[in-house]
Amino acid sequence: MTKFTAGEMLELRAQFPALHQNVYGKPLVYLDNAATTQKPQSVIDRIVAYYSHENTNIHRGVHYLSQQATEAYENARKTVADFINAAVAHEIIFTRGTTESVNLLAGSLKQFLLQEGDSVLISGMEHHSNLVPWQQICLQNKTKLLVAELTNKGEIDLEQFKQLLSQKPKLVAITHISNALGTINPVKEMIRLAHDFGIPVLVDGAQSVAHTTVDVQDLDCDFFVFSGHKMFAPMGIGVLYAKTEWLEKMPPWQFGGEMVDQVSFEETTFNQLPFKFEAGTPYVAGVLGLEAAIKFIRQYDMKSLEAYENGIVRQALEMLQTIPGMRFIGEPIHRAGVISFVVDGTHPSDIGTLVDKMSVAVRTGHHCAQPVMTRFDVPGTVRASFAFYNTEEEVEKLVKAVEKAVSMLR
Amino acid sequence: MTITETQQEIISEFSMFEDWMDKYNYLIEMGKDMPKIDERYKTNNHLISGCQSRVWLHSELKEGKISFTADSDAVITKGIVNLLIRVFSGHTPEEILEANADFIDQIGLKDHLSPTRSNGLVSMLKQMKLYAQVYKLKQDN
Repeated sequence: MTKFTAGEMLELRAQFPALHQNVYGKPLVYLDNAATTQKPQSVIDRIVAYYSHENTNIHRGVHYLSQQATEAYENARKTVADFINAAVAHEIIFTRGTTESVNLLAGSLKQFLLQEGDSVLISGMEHHSNLVPWQQICLQNKTKLLVAELTNKGEIDLEQFKQLLSQKPKLVAITHISNALGTINPVKEMIRLAHDFGIPVLVDGAQSVAHTTVDVQDLDCDFFVFSGHKMFAPMGIGVLYAKTEWLEKMPPWQFGGEMVDQVSFEETTFNQLPFKFEAGTPYVAGVLGLEAAIKFIRQYDMKSLEAYENGIVRQALEMLQTIPGMRFIGEPIHRAGVISFVVDGTHPSDIGTLVDKMSVAVRTGHHCAQPVMTRFDVPGTVRASFAFYNTEEEVEKLVKAVEKAVSMLR
Repeated sequence: MTITETQQEIISEFSMFEDWMDKYNYLIEMGKDMPKIDERYKTNNHLISGCQSRVWLHSELKEGKISFTADSDAVITKGIVNLLIRVFSGHTPEEILEANADFIDQIGLKDHLSPTRSNGLVSMLKQMKLYAQVYKLKQDN
Protein backbone atom coordinates (compact mmCIF):
# COMPACT_ATOMS: atom_id res chain seq x y z
CA MET A 1 0.00 0.00 0.00
CA THR A 2 1.38 3.36 -1.00
CA LYS A 3 0.83 6.33 1.22
CA PHE A 4 -0.46 9.55 -0.26
CA THR A 5 1.68 12.64 -0.02
CA ALA A 6 0.01 15.96 0.71
CA GLY A 7 0.91 17.05 -2.82
CA GLU A 8 -0.80 14.03 -4.37
CA MET A 9 -3.92 14.68 -2.33
CA LEU A 10 -4.05 18.29 -3.48
CA GLU A 11 -3.68 17.14 -7.06
CA LEU A 12 -6.58 14.73 -6.59
CA ARG A 13 -8.66 17.43 -4.92
CA ALA A 14 -7.92 19.88 -7.72
CA GLN A 15 -9.94 17.70 -10.07
CA PHE A 16 -13.20 18.52 -8.26
CA PRO A 17 -14.29 21.98 -9.44
CA ALA A 18 -17.17 22.33 -6.95
CA LEU A 19 -14.73 22.10 -4.03
CA HIS A 20 -12.99 25.24 -5.19
CA GLN A 21 -15.52 27.93 -4.45
CA ASN A 22 -16.24 30.44 -1.75
CA VAL A 23 -19.42 30.50 0.27
CA TYR A 24 -20.09 33.58 2.40
CA GLY A 25 -16.73 34.86 1.19
CA LYS A 26 -14.65 31.95 2.47
CA PRO A 27 -13.51 28.67 0.91
CA LEU A 28 -16.20 26.01 1.11
CA VAL A 29 -15.53 23.14 3.49
CA TYR A 30 -17.67 20.36 2.10
CA LEU A 31 -18.44 17.71 4.70
CA ASP A 32 -21.75 16.39 3.46
CA ASN A 33 -20.37 13.54 1.41
CA ALA A 34 -22.72 10.94 2.83
CA ALA A 35 -25.54 12.92 1.20
CA THR A 36 -23.74 13.26 -2.09
CA THR A 37 -20.15 13.55 -3.24
CA GLN A 38 -18.77 16.16 -5.60
CA LYS A 39 -17.87 15.19 -9.16
CA PRO A 40 -14.43 15.14 -10.72
CA GLN A 41 -13.95 17.02 -14.00
CA SER A 42 -13.59 13.73 -15.89
CA VAL A 43 -17.15 12.72 -14.93
CA ILE A 44 -18.53 16.12 -15.92
CA ASP A 45 -16.61 15.99 -19.20
CA ARG A 46 -17.92 12.53 -19.97
CA ILE A 47 -21.53 13.67 -19.71
CA VAL A 48 -20.86 16.74 -21.84
CA ALA A 49 -19.09 14.61 -24.45
CA TYR A 50 -21.98 12.18 -24.60
CA TYR A 51 -24.56 14.87 -25.24
CA SER A 52 -22.21 16.81 -27.53
CA HIS A 53 -21.26 13.95 -29.84
CA GLU A 54 -22.78 10.59 -28.98
CA ASN A 55 -26.40 11.16 -28.02
CA THR A 56 -28.79 8.62 -29.51
CA ASN A 57 -31.10 5.91 -28.32
CA ILE A 58 -29.47 2.57 -27.70
CA HIS A 59 -30.19 -1.12 -28.32
CA ARG A 60 -32.48 -0.58 -31.26
CA GLY A 61 -30.76 1.32 -34.01
CA VAL A 62 -28.77 -0.04 -36.88
CA HIS A 63 -27.17 3.31 -37.51
CA TYR A 64 -23.63 4.17 -36.56
CA LEU A 65 -24.30 6.41 -33.55
CA SER A 66 -26.73 3.95 -32.02
CA GLN A 67 -24.28 1.12 -32.32
CA GLN A 68 -21.52 3.21 -30.79
CA ALA A 69 -23.68 4.31 -27.88
CA THR A 70 -24.96 0.79 -27.28
CA GLU A 71 -21.41 -0.49 -27.17
CA ALA A 72 -20.35 2.27 -24.78
CA TYR A 73 -23.34 1.55 -22.54
CA GLU A 74 -22.66 -2.17 -22.44
CA ASN A 75 -18.95 -1.59 -21.86
CA ALA A 76 -19.87 0.56 -18.88
CA ARG A 77 -21.90 -2.35 -17.54
CA LYS A 78 -18.75 -4.48 -17.74
CA THR A 79 -16.75 -1.77 -15.95
CA VAL A 80 -19.30 -1.69 -13.13
CA ALA A 81 -19.35 -5.50 -12.93
CA ASP A 82 -15.58 -5.50 -12.71
CA PHE A 83 -15.60 -2.73 -10.08
CA ILE A 84 -17.63 -4.78 -7.60
CA ASN A 85 -16.35 -8.09 -9.00
CA ALA A 86 -19.66 -9.44 -10.24
CA ALA A 87 -19.29 -12.78 -12.01
CA VAL A 88 -20.94 -11.59 -15.24
CA ALA A 89 -21.99 -8.23 -16.63
CA HIS A 90 -25.70 -9.11 -16.86
CA GLU A 91 -25.80 -9.23 -13.07
CA ILE A 92 -25.60 -5.44 -13.15
CA ILE A 93 -29.00 -3.78 -13.55
CA PHE A 94 -29.02 -0.02 -13.99
CA THR A 95 -31.55 1.92 -11.92
CA ARG A 96 -32.04 5.50 -10.75
CA GLY A 97 -30.29 4.88 -7.46
CA THR A 98 -30.27 2.85 -4.28
CA THR A 99 -33.92 3.61 -3.56
CA GLU A 100 -35.07 2.42 -6.96
CA SER A 101 -32.85 -0.66 -6.72
CA VAL A 102 -34.48 -1.63 -3.43
CA ASN A 103 -37.92 -0.95 -4.86
CA LEU A 104 -37.16 -3.07 -7.92
CA LEU A 105 -36.05 -5.92 -5.72
CA ALA A 106 -38.95 -5.57 -3.31
CA GLY A 107 -41.46 -5.23 -6.16
CA SER A 108 -40.15 -8.37 -7.79
CA LEU A 109 -39.61 -10.54 -4.72
CA LYS A 110 -43.05 -9.77 -3.34
CA GLN A 111 -44.53 -11.64 -6.28
CA PHE A 112 -43.05 -14.99 -5.36
CA LEU A 113 -40.93 -14.91 -2.22
CA LEU A 114 -42.65 -12.85 0.43
CA GLN A 115 -46.05 -14.31 1.17
CA GLU A 116 -48.46 -14.10 4.07
CA GLY A 117 -46.83 -15.35 7.23
CA ASP A 118 -43.27 -14.89 5.90
CA SER A 119 -40.86 -12.34 7.31
CA VAL A 120 -38.10 -9.96 6.21
CA LEU A 121 -35.22 -9.12 8.52
CA ILE A 122 -33.70 -5.64 8.48
CA SER A 123 -31.56 -3.83 11.05
CA GLY A 124 -32.33 -0.90 13.32
CA MET A 125 -29.85 1.32 11.46
CA GLU A 126 -31.39 1.18 7.98
CA HIS A 127 -32.01 4.47 6.25
CA HIS A 128 -35.49 4.96 4.90
CA SER A 129 -34.70 3.63 1.44
CA ASN A 130 -33.87 0.17 2.80
CA LEU A 131 -36.67 0.27 5.33
CA VAL A 132 -39.83 1.81 3.89
CA PRO A 133 -39.99 -0.40 0.74
CA TRP A 134 -39.79 -3.55 2.89
CA GLN A 135 -42.19 -2.21 5.44
CA GLN A 136 -44.76 -1.33 2.79
CA ILE A 137 -44.47 -4.67 1.04
CA CYS A 138 -44.78 -6.42 4.37
CA LEU A 139 -48.00 -4.48 4.96
CA GLN A 140 -49.32 -5.38 1.50
CA ASN A 141 -48.42 -9.06 1.70
CA LYS A 142 -49.11 -9.52 5.41
CA THR A 143 -45.45 -10.33 5.83
CA LYS A 144 -43.69 -9.63 9.10
CA LEU A 145 -40.85 -7.10 9.39
CA LEU A 146 -38.19 -8.22 11.86
CA VAL A 147 -35.67 -5.67 13.12
CA ALA A 148 -32.22 -6.52 14.45
CA GLU A 149 -31.58 -4.23 17.39
CA LEU A 150 -28.62 -1.92 17.94
CA THR A 151 -26.26 -1.83 20.87
CA ASN A 152 -25.56 1.43 22.68
CA LYS A 153 -22.40 1.77 20.58
CA GLY A 154 -24.51 1.74 17.44
CA GLU A 155 -23.59 -1.72 16.24
CA ILE A 156 -25.96 -4.52 15.27
CA ASP A 157 -26.47 -6.90 18.19
CA LEU A 158 -25.18 -10.05 16.50
CA GLU A 159 -26.56 -12.41 19.13
CA GLN A 160 -30.04 -11.07 18.63
CA PHE A 161 -29.47 -11.11 14.85
CA LYS A 162 -28.72 -14.84 15.07
CA GLN A 163 -31.86 -15.44 17.10
CA LEU A 164 -33.92 -13.61 14.49
CA LEU A 165 -32.36 -15.72 11.74
CA SER A 166 -33.69 -18.81 13.45
CA GLN A 167 -37.17 -17.46 12.75
CA LYS A 168 -36.30 -18.18 9.10
CA PRO A 169 -37.03 -14.83 7.43
CA LYS A 170 -37.23 -15.05 3.64
CA LEU A 171 -34.72 -12.23 3.18
CA VAL A 172 -32.15 -10.27 5.16
CA ALA A 173 -31.70 -6.63 4.09
CA ILE A 174 -28.87 -4.79 5.82
CA THR A 175 -26.73 -1.76 5.22
CA HIS A 176 -23.01 -2.14 4.67
CA ILE A 177 -22.23 1.20 6.34
CA SER A 178 -24.69 3.27 8.37
CA ASN A 179 -25.24 6.77 6.97
CA ALA A 180 -26.31 8.05 10.39
CA LEU A 181 -23.78 6.38 12.68
CA GLY A 182 -20.83 5.51 10.48
CA THR A 183 -20.87 1.89 11.60
CA ILE A 184 -19.30 -0.62 9.22
CA ASN A 185 -21.30 -3.80 9.63
CA PRO A 186 -19.58 -7.19 9.52
CA VAL A 187 -21.64 -8.02 6.43
CA LYS A 188 -19.48 -10.92 5.32
CA GLU A 189 -20.03 -12.71 8.61
CA MET A 190 -23.72 -11.79 8.66
CA ILE A 191 -24.15 -13.16 5.13
CA ARG A 192 -22.46 -16.41 6.15
CA LEU A 193 -24.76 -16.71 9.17
CA ALA A 194 -27.84 -16.05 7.03
CA HIS A 195 -26.72 -18.51 4.38
CA ASP A 196 -26.37 -21.19 7.07
CA PHE A 197 -30.15 -20.89 7.34
CA GLY A 198 -30.53 -20.70 3.56
CA ILE A 199 -31.60 -17.06 3.69
CA PRO A 200 -30.61 -14.67 0.87
CA VAL A 201 -29.05 -11.32 1.78
CA LEU A 202 -29.34 -7.84 0.30
CA VAL A 203 -26.50 -5.48 1.17
CA ASP A 204 -27.20 -1.76 0.87
CA GLY A 205 -23.91 -0.34 -0.35
CA ALA A 206 -25.01 3.30 -0.72
CA GLN A 207 -22.37 4.41 1.79
CA SER A 208 -19.70 1.85 1.09
CA VAL A 209 -18.77 1.83 -2.60
CA ALA A 210 -16.97 5.16 -2.47
CA HIS A 211 -15.04 4.33 0.66
CA THR A 212 -13.93 0.74 0.53
CA THR A 213 -13.30 -2.07 -1.95
CA VAL A 214 -16.45 -4.09 -2.58
CA ASP A 215 -16.20 -7.64 -3.86
CA VAL A 216 -19.69 -9.11 -4.16
CA GLN A 217 -18.36 -12.61 -4.83
CA ASP A 218 -16.15 -12.52 -1.77
CA LEU A 219 -19.01 -11.18 0.35
CA ASP A 220 -21.25 -13.78 -1.29
CA CYS A 221 -24.23 -11.43 -1.00
CA ASP A 222 -27.23 -12.29 -3.15
CA PHE A 223 -28.06 -8.67 -3.86
CA PHE A 224 -26.09 -5.43 -3.61
CA VAL A 225 -27.42 -1.94 -4.29
CA PHE A 226 -25.76 1.47 -4.60
CA SER A 227 -26.12 4.97 -6.03
CA GLY A 228 -23.73 6.64 -8.43
CA HIS A 229 -23.99 10.09 -6.91
CA LYS A 230 -22.47 9.05 -3.60
CA MET A 231 -19.40 7.77 -5.45
CA PHE A 232 -18.51 10.82 -7.56
CA ALA A 233 -20.88 9.88 -10.44
CA PRO A 234 -23.99 11.77 -11.60
CA MET A 235 -27.26 11.85 -9.69
CA GLY A 236 -29.96 9.61 -11.09
CA ILE A 237 -27.92 6.51 -11.83
CA GLY A 238 -27.71 3.51 -9.56
CA VAL A 239 -27.15 -0.21 -9.61
CA LEU A 240 -28.84 -3.38 -8.51
CA TYR A 241 -26.47 -6.32 -8.48
CA ALA A 242 -28.08 -9.73 -8.16
CA LYS A 243 -26.75 -13.23 -8.60
CA THR A 244 -27.84 -14.74 -11.92
CA GLU A 245 -29.83 -17.49 -10.20
CA TRP A 246 -31.99 -14.81 -8.60
CA LEU A 247 -32.36 -12.67 -11.70
CA GLU A 248 -33.60 -15.71 -13.60
CA LYS A 249 -36.23 -16.40 -10.96
CA MET A 250 -37.32 -12.79 -10.53
CA PRO A 251 -40.27 -11.48 -12.55
CA PRO A 252 -39.87 -8.01 -14.08
CA TRP A 253 -40.86 -5.02 -12.00
CA GLN A 254 -41.57 -2.34 -14.56
CA PHE A 255 -42.92 -2.90 -18.03
CA GLY A 256 -42.51 -1.13 -21.33
CA GLY A 257 -40.02 -0.90 -24.14
CA GLU A 258 -36.50 -2.33 -24.05
CA MET A 259 -37.45 -5.10 -21.63
CA VAL A 260 -39.53 -7.09 -24.13
CA ASP A 261 -38.88 -9.79 -26.71
CA GLN A 262 -42.16 -10.51 -28.57
CA VAL A 263 -45.23 -8.35 -28.07
CA SER A 264 -48.76 -8.97 -29.28
CA PHE A 265 -52.03 -7.65 -27.90
CA GLU A 266 -52.55 -10.92 -26.11
CA GLU A 267 -49.17 -11.48 -24.55
CA THR A 268 -45.55 -10.40 -24.23
CA THR A 269 -42.41 -12.40 -23.79
CA PHE A 270 -39.62 -10.69 -21.96
CA ASN A 271 -36.11 -9.90 -23.04
CA GLN A 272 -33.10 -11.72 -21.68
CA LEU A 273 -30.97 -10.57 -18.75
CA PRO A 274 -30.25 -7.85 -17.87
CA PHE A 275 -32.71 -6.09 -20.18
CA LYS A 276 -35.89 -7.53 -18.70
CA PHE A 277 -35.26 -5.31 -15.68
CA GLU A 278 -34.48 -2.13 -17.61
CA ALA A 279 -37.78 -0.89 -19.01
CA GLY A 280 -37.75 2.23 -21.15
CA THR A 281 -34.90 4.34 -22.47
CA PRO A 282 -32.09 4.17 -19.97
CA TYR A 283 -30.03 7.03 -18.56
CA VAL A 284 -27.12 6.49 -20.92
CA ALA A 285 -25.23 9.65 -19.96
CA GLY A 286 -25.53 8.66 -16.30
CA VAL A 287 -24.20 5.19 -16.99
CA LEU A 288 -21.22 6.64 -18.87
CA GLY A 289 -20.70 9.14 -16.05
CA LEU A 290 -20.70 6.27 -13.57
CA GLU A 291 -18.09 4.50 -15.64
CA ALA A 292 -15.98 7.67 -15.67
CA ALA A 293 -16.26 7.87 -11.87
CA ILE A 294 -15.08 4.27 -11.53
CA LYS A 295 -12.17 4.99 -13.85
CA PHE A 296 -11.35 8.03 -11.74
CA ILE A 297 -11.31 6.01 -8.51
CA ARG A 298 -9.30 3.24 -10.13
CA GLN A 299 -6.42 5.55 -10.96
CA TYR A 300 -5.66 5.33 -7.28
CA ASP A 301 -5.01 2.50 -4.90
CA MET A 302 -8.31 2.09 -3.04
CA LYS A 303 -6.57 0.82 0.10
CA SER A 304 -4.46 3.96 0.22
CA LEU A 305 -7.47 6.21 -0.30
CA GLU A 306 -9.27 4.39 2.49
CA ALA A 307 -6.29 4.70 4.82
CA TYR A 308 -6.01 8.41 4.08
CA GLU A 309 -9.74 8.97 4.69
CA ASN A 310 -9.60 6.96 7.93
CA GLY A 311 -6.75 9.19 9.10
CA ILE A 312 -8.84 12.30 8.49
CA VAL A 313 -11.80 10.80 10.36
CA ARG A 314 -9.60 9.79 13.31
CA GLN A 315 -8.21 13.31 13.48
CA ALA A 316 -11.75 14.74 13.43
CA LEU A 317 -12.91 12.40 16.20
CA GLU A 318 -9.93 13.25 18.40
CA MET A 319 -10.31 16.98 17.92
CA LEU A 320 -14.10 17.08 18.27
CA GLN A 321 -13.86 15.06 21.47
CA THR A 322 -12.12 17.96 23.21
CA ILE A 323 -15.24 20.14 22.91
CA PRO A 324 -17.06 20.11 26.27
CA GLY A 325 -20.42 18.33 26.09
CA MET A 326 -19.53 16.53 22.84
CA ARG A 327 -21.45 13.29 22.48
CA PHE A 328 -20.91 11.01 19.49
CA ILE A 329 -24.01 9.15 18.38
CA GLY A 330 -22.61 5.84 17.33
CA GLU A 331 -19.23 4.78 18.63
CA PRO A 332 -18.60 1.67 16.58
CA ILE A 333 -15.26 -0.09 16.60
CA HIS A 334 -15.32 -0.14 12.81
CA ARG A 335 -16.24 3.30 11.54
CA ALA A 336 -16.37 4.73 8.04
CA GLY A 337 -16.27 8.41 7.10
CA VAL A 338 -19.33 9.49 9.04
CA ILE A 339 -19.33 11.27 12.40
CA SER A 340 -22.69 12.00 14.01
CA PHE A 341 -22.79 14.08 17.15
CA VAL A 342 -24.78 16.25 19.49
CA VAL A 343 -23.38 18.78 21.96
CA ASP A 344 -25.11 18.93 25.32
CA GLY A 345 -27.07 22.13 25.79
CA THR A 346 -27.36 22.89 22.09
CA HIS A 347 -29.66 21.82 19.28
CA PRO A 348 -28.17 20.23 16.16
CA SER A 349 -30.04 22.57 13.83
CA ASP A 350 -28.56 25.62 15.63
CA ILE A 351 -25.05 24.24 15.26
CA GLY A 352 -25.72 23.48 11.60
CA THR A 353 -27.01 27.02 10.96
CA LEU A 354 -23.98 28.63 12.58
CA VAL A 355 -21.25 26.45 11.08
CA ASP A 356 -22.85 27.03 7.68
CA LYS A 357 -22.23 30.75 8.19
CA MET A 358 -18.58 29.79 8.74
CA SER A 359 -18.58 28.12 5.29
CA VAL A 360 -18.69 24.58 6.67
CA ALA A 361 -21.29 22.34 5.05
CA VAL A 362 -22.51 19.63 7.39
CA ARG A 363 -25.91 18.04 7.62
CA THR A 364 -28.26 18.24 10.56
CA GLY A 365 -31.44 16.34 11.23
CA HIS A 366 -32.43 12.72 11.17
CA HIS A 367 -30.47 11.77 8.02
CA CYS A 368 -33.42 9.83 6.62
CA ALA A 369 -33.04 7.36 9.45
CA GLN A 370 -35.67 8.46 11.96
CA PRO A 371 -35.77 5.14 13.87
CA VAL A 372 -32.04 5.53 14.57
CA MET A 373 -32.67 8.94 16.14
CA THR A 374 -35.48 7.46 18.23
CA ARG A 375 -33.19 4.61 19.33
CA PHE A 376 -30.61 7.08 20.64
CA ASP A 377 -33.24 9.48 21.95
CA VAL A 378 -31.99 12.55 20.07
CA PRO A 379 -34.02 14.96 17.91
CA GLY A 380 -31.35 14.66 15.27
CA THR A 381 -27.60 14.98 15.03
CA VAL A 382 -24.96 17.08 13.35
CA ARG A 383 -23.29 14.87 10.79
CA ALA A 384 -19.91 15.51 9.26
CA SER A 385 -19.18 13.04 6.49
CA PHE A 386 -15.91 12.76 4.67
CA ALA A 387 -14.46 11.76 1.33
CA PHE A 388 -10.87 11.22 0.33
CA TYR A 389 -10.64 14.75 -1.05
CA ASN A 390 -11.09 16.32 2.38
CA THR A 391 -8.01 17.71 4.07
CA GLU A 392 -6.60 17.99 7.59
CA GLU A 393 -7.01 21.74 7.30
CA GLU A 394 -10.72 21.26 6.65
CA VAL A 395 -11.03 19.10 9.76
CA GLU A 396 -9.46 21.93 11.76
CA LYS A 397 -11.94 24.40 10.25
CA LEU A 398 -14.84 22.11 11.15
CA VAL A 399 -13.69 21.80 14.75
CA LYS A 400 -13.12 25.55 15.10
CA ALA A 401 -16.54 26.28 13.61
CA VAL A 402 -18.27 23.85 15.98
CA GLU A 403 -16.36 25.30 18.95
CA LYS A 404 -17.41 28.80 18.00
CA ALA A 405 -21.03 27.79 17.41
CA VAL A 406 -21.18 26.08 20.80
CA SER A 407 -19.71 29.11 22.54
CA MET A 408 -22.31 31.35 20.87
CA LEU A 409 -25.16 29.06 21.82
CA ARG A 410 -24.32 28.49 25.45
CA MET B 1 -47.41 50.32 17.08
CA THR B 2 -48.65 48.96 13.75
CA ILE B 3 -47.25 45.81 12.20
CA THR B 4 -45.39 47.91 9.65
CA GLU B 5 -43.90 50.12 12.36
CA THR B 6 -42.64 47.12 14.34
CA GLN B 7 -41.11 45.71 11.18
CA GLN B 8 -39.38 49.04 10.53
CA GLU B 9 -38.07 49.05 14.08
CA ILE B 10 -36.60 45.56 13.66
CA ILE B 11 -35.05 46.55 10.32
CA SER B 12 -33.28 49.50 11.92
CA GLU B 13 -32.07 47.33 14.82
CA PHE B 14 -30.62 44.82 12.41
CA SER B 15 -28.98 47.53 10.30
CA MET B 16 -26.60 48.18 13.20
CA PHE B 17 -25.09 44.71 13.06
CA GLU B 18 -21.79 44.59 11.30
CA ASP B 19 -21.53 40.90 10.57
CA TRP B 20 -23.43 37.65 10.69
CA MET B 21 -22.13 36.89 14.17
CA ASP B 22 -23.70 39.99 15.70
CA LYS B 23 -26.93 39.15 13.97
CA TYR B 24 -27.01 35.55 15.16
CA ASN B 25 -25.91 36.48 18.66
CA TYR B 26 -28.89 38.79 18.74
CA LEU B 27 -31.22 36.07 17.48
CA ILE B 28 -29.83 33.69 20.11
CA GLU B 29 -30.43 36.32 22.77
CA MET B 30 -33.99 36.83 21.51
CA GLY B 31 -34.46 33.09 21.61
CA LYS B 32 -33.29 32.86 25.19
CA ASP B 33 -35.45 35.83 26.22
CA MET B 34 -38.64 34.58 24.67
CA PRO B 35 -41.54 34.48 27.14
CA LYS B 36 -42.30 30.92 28.13
CA ILE B 37 -45.23 29.15 26.61
CA ASP B 38 -47.65 27.46 28.98
CA GLU B 39 -46.34 23.88 29.20
CA ARG B 40 -49.79 22.46 28.49
CA TYR B 41 -49.63 23.87 24.97
CA LYS B 42 -46.48 21.96 24.10
CA THR B 43 -48.45 19.14 22.55
CA ASN B 44 -48.49 17.61 19.10
CA ASN B 45 -51.55 19.70 18.31
CA HIS B 46 -49.47 22.84 18.62
CA LEU B 47 -46.46 21.48 16.79
CA ILE B 48 -45.63 23.10 13.47
CA SER B 49 -44.66 20.61 10.80
CA GLY B 50 -41.86 21.26 8.36
CA CYS B 51 -39.35 22.36 10.96
CA GLN B 52 -36.14 20.50 11.68
CA SER B 53 -36.42 21.62 15.27
CA ARG B 54 -39.69 21.33 17.10
CA VAL B 55 -41.78 24.52 17.26
CA TRP B 56 -44.97 24.86 19.28
CA LEU B 57 -47.24 27.79 18.55
CA HIS B 58 -50.27 28.78 20.60
CA SER B 59 -52.68 31.66 20.06
CA GLU B 60 -55.47 33.31 21.97
CA LEU B 61 -57.97 35.99 21.04
CA LYS B 62 -58.34 38.67 23.68
CA GLU B 63 -60.55 41.67 23.08
CA GLY B 64 -60.37 41.22 19.36
CA LYS B 65 -56.59 40.89 19.26
CA ILE B 66 -54.51 37.77 18.82
CA SER B 67 -51.67 37.00 21.18
CA PHE B 68 -49.15 34.36 20.21
CA THR B 69 -46.86 32.34 22.44
CA ALA B 70 -44.38 29.77 21.21
CA ASP B 71 -41.42 27.63 22.04
CA SER B 72 -38.78 25.64 20.20
CA ASP B 73 -36.02 23.27 21.22
CA ALA B 74 -33.60 25.16 18.95
CA VAL B 75 -32.60 28.60 20.15
CA ILE B 76 -32.04 30.31 16.78
CA THR B 77 -35.41 29.09 15.61
CA LYS B 78 -36.83 30.44 18.84
CA GLY B 79 -35.22 33.82 18.15
CA ILE B 80 -36.84 33.97 14.74
CA VAL B 81 -40.21 32.95 16.19
CA ASN B 82 -39.80 35.66 18.80
CA LEU B 83 -39.34 38.22 16.02
CA LEU B 84 -42.50 37.03 14.33
CA ILE B 85 -44.40 37.19 17.60
CA ARG B 86 -43.11 40.70 18.24
CA VAL B 87 -44.43 41.73 14.82
CA PHE B 88 -47.79 39.99 14.78
CA SER B 89 -48.89 39.53 18.38
CA GLY B 90 -51.43 42.05 19.71
CA HIS B 91 -53.07 42.71 16.39
CA THR B 92 -56.50 41.95 14.99
CA PRO B 93 -57.02 38.98 12.68
CA GLU B 94 -57.63 41.39 9.77
CA GLU B 95 -54.36 43.23 10.37
CA ILE B 96 -52.42 39.97 10.52
CA LEU B 97 -54.05 38.63 7.37
CA GLU B 98 -53.25 41.81 5.44
CA ALA B 99 -49.66 42.10 6.61
CA ASN B 100 -46.63 40.83 4.75
CA ALA B 101 -43.36 39.63 6.24
CA ASP B 102 -41.00 41.48 3.93
CA PHE B 103 -38.82 42.55 6.85
CA ILE B 104 -37.36 39.02 6.96
CA ASP B 105 -35.79 39.67 3.58
CA GLN B 106 -34.57 43.13 4.63
CA ILE B 107 -32.83 41.93 7.77
CA GLY B 108 -30.94 39.36 5.74
CA LEU B 109 -32.70 36.24 6.92
CA LYS B 110 -34.20 35.53 3.55
CA ASP B 111 -32.46 32.18 3.33
CA HIS B 112 -34.52 31.12 6.32
CA LEU B 113 -37.65 31.88 4.32
CA SER B 114 -36.98 29.53 1.46
CA PRO B 115 -39.58 26.77 1.43
CA THR B 116 -36.86 24.16 1.07
CA ARG B 117 -35.15 25.30 4.22
CA SER B 118 -35.98 22.91 6.98
CA ASN B 119 -36.33 25.39 9.83
CA GLY B 120 -39.83 26.05 8.68
CA LEU B 121 -40.12 29.82 8.98
CA VAL B 122 -42.59 29.58 6.13
CA SER B 123 -44.65 27.04 8.08
CA MET B 124 -44.63 29.32 11.13
CA LEU B 125 -45.89 32.29 9.14
CA LYS B 126 -48.52 30.15 7.50
CA GLN B 127 -49.68 28.87 10.86
CA MET B 128 -49.97 32.39 12.28
CA LYS B 129 -52.05 33.48 9.30
CA LEU B 130 -54.14 30.36 9.62
CA TYR B 131 -54.95 31.17 13.24
CA ALA B 132 -55.89 34.70 12.14
CA GLN B 133 -58.11 33.30 9.42
CA VAL B 134 -59.90 31.01 11.87
CA TYR B 135 -60.48 33.81 14.38
CA LYS B 136 -61.78 36.03 11.61
CA LEU B 137 -64.23 33.38 10.46
CA LYS B 138 -65.40 32.89 14.05
CA GLN B 139 -65.92 36.64 14.43
CA ASP B 140 -67.76 36.92 11.12
CA ASN B 141 -70.13 34.20 12.19
